[in-house]
Amino acid sequence: MIRVIDLTMGWDDVVLQKNANFDVTRGEIFAILGSSGCGKSTLMRYLVGLDAPLGGAVVIAGEAKRQFDVGRPAFGVVFQSGALFASMTVGENVGLPLVTWTDLNPEAIGAIVSAKLCLVGLRGLEDKLPSELSGGMSKRAAIARAMALEPSLIFLDEPSAGLDPVTSVELDDLILVLNRILGLTVVIVTHELASIFKIVSRCVMLDKDSQSIIATGAPCELRDSCADARVKRFFHRTAEVH
Amino acid sequence: MTALTSQNPHRFSLNQSTVGGSETIHLFGRLEFSETKALWTEVDVLVASASTPHVNFDLSKVEAVDGGAMALLVHLRNRLRAQGKYSEFVGASPRVQDIVHLYEGDLHIRTQHDHKSETMFAQVGRATIAILLETQLVLAFLGQILISVKETAHAPRTGNWREVWPTMERVGADAVPVVVLINFLIGFVMAFQGAVQLKEFGANIYVADLVGLSITRELAPLMTAIILCGRSGAAFAAELGSMKVSEEVDALRTLGIGPIRYLVLPRTLALVLAIPLLILLADAVGILGGLVVALTSLDLTVVGYLMETKRALSVWDVYSGVVKSLFFGVAIALIACQQGLATTGGAKGVGRRTTSAVVTTFFVLVVIDAGFTVLFHAFRL
Repeated sequence: MIRVIDLTMGWDDVVLQKNANFDVTRGEIFAILGSSGCGKSTLMRYLVGLDAPLGGAVVIAGEAKRQFDVGRPAFGVVFQSGALFASMTVGENVGLPLVTWTDLNPEAIGAIVSAKLCLVGLRGLEDKLPSELSGGMSKRAAIARAMALEPSLIFLDEPSAGLDPVTSVELDDLILVLNRILGLTVVIVTHELASIFKIVSRCVMLDKDSQSIIATGAPCELRDSCADARVKRFFHRTAEVH
Repeated sequence: MTALTSQNPHRFSLNQSTVGGSETIHLFGRLEFSETKALWTEVDVLVASASTPHVNFDLSKVEAVDGGAMALLVHLRNRLRAQGKYSEFVGASPRVQDIVHLYEGDLHIRTQHDHKSETMFAQVGRATIAILLETQLVLAFLGQILISVKETAHAPRTGNWREVWPTMERVGADAVPVVVLINFLIGFVMAFQGAVQLKEFGANIYVADLVGLSITRELAPLMTAIILCGRSGAAFAAELGSMKVSEEVDALRTLGIGPIRYLVLPRTLALVLAIPLLILLADAVGILGGLVVALTSLDLTVVGYLMETKRALSVWDVYSGVVKSLFFGVAIALIACQQGLATTGGAKGVGRRTTSAVVTTFFVLVVIDAGFTVLFHAFRL
């Protein structure tokens, strides 16, 4: 579904990753892993087309992705902060893509918005402002907005960041439901080990120092059999010994 | 071998010894945060007086050291190493050594080479590149504006029209009190200053000409634009800047909605529609301000003042202010939105871009006003 070919990313004279290559298969939950500052969130920005790479290409569903053009989006994106529009209600946030990209009347849009909010566990919160939601609720509302146009692919940037363990688990369950029942392909940026082992089918691990991908595979395989010390440290939560 | 001993009333003491080409600062007793200031002063004096390439800190007689004291010792050791001197902590007990390690006192520090200060040409070059990059951003923004206007004209349904009316209310109706007050006072002050001179020649009635012409052609449009720049321009820049740093603008893009079309065009349209109305109001209250002075200080009548104003003003005098105001409106909105969307770096970035938006707009407003004055003069308008 996604093919990343020789992607080089960075800005000015800073290179974060060189010649990254990996594929994401339809229907899987794919994670981008790595330590803080290695470029996980930046890589996601390149995948969705928010930034143009220094080199290489990202192909999504057979189409090379350039920078975002105005047009009906082929996938949903959930930002780390949720990025709900503060001046709109939750219902208006979720309804915005429907108002923009469909000919549905307000009643139909209202029905879809309610259904999406219900799906993510926010039934009846259409009229709330984003400032009235907790961190977990904001993430859920952002997922509902990203799901509004029924995409088959969704990108999530650190969905569990800043959430308590129970809310994190609930969010993981929601992602699993979206993947298994709706067949959604999920690309997730995270470094939460519990989430990784629970929901992720395959992952790539980025390394800051070598500016490259140092491992690709299922999380359990990498934990149990990868010989690379950096991968071991990540999965076994051990610090580098100086 | 030479030795210097420090006498002090603290729970630590220190002395310095020199053997061959190596100096050692010996520390004794308890090195504690509560005595950090004295420790810093005394050690710093010994470190500064060290003349050999090797300066070690002997911790063998240290009974205890806490984090604050160790932090400053590590800092002094790192400073020595950065200056190219060899410096280590030696003789520490295992317990003290753990604290040395915790504060990275055993880390290798690279020698710091003196930075050459940047030449004037380099500074000019750097500033030039920054200006060119900013110009590139502005030109790219203007290009995007043109594309978005064209696309919206071809598909009007995709425009964010519902944002126009509330924005007009915010930039127009909500600004009425301040616009009325400022322009009334401007007319009042103009008339008062003029009256003093005109009275000398018995030409009281011409205060109506003075106020009418200066208010409609120059002062009302410019003052109103400046008020809107400070009020609405700053608000636009801060609003879009906050949206940019909280990823809302990126979220819009991922929904396939162009920020220019969705955020910038409605604001620009609202301002361009609201500003002529405000300027007509400003003209009226400015003239009213002059009338108050005429009635109270110049013994003129209401009818006399208004008749003279009518005689002095042509329709074009009022139109010229309105024509200018359209350009003022476009400038205020576009500069504020461009600065807002160029925001990076959190709350500080929002403040920086908001300030920049207001300052740049002030400058551009005056330039536009001067340009129109020359243009109108050239065409005898």
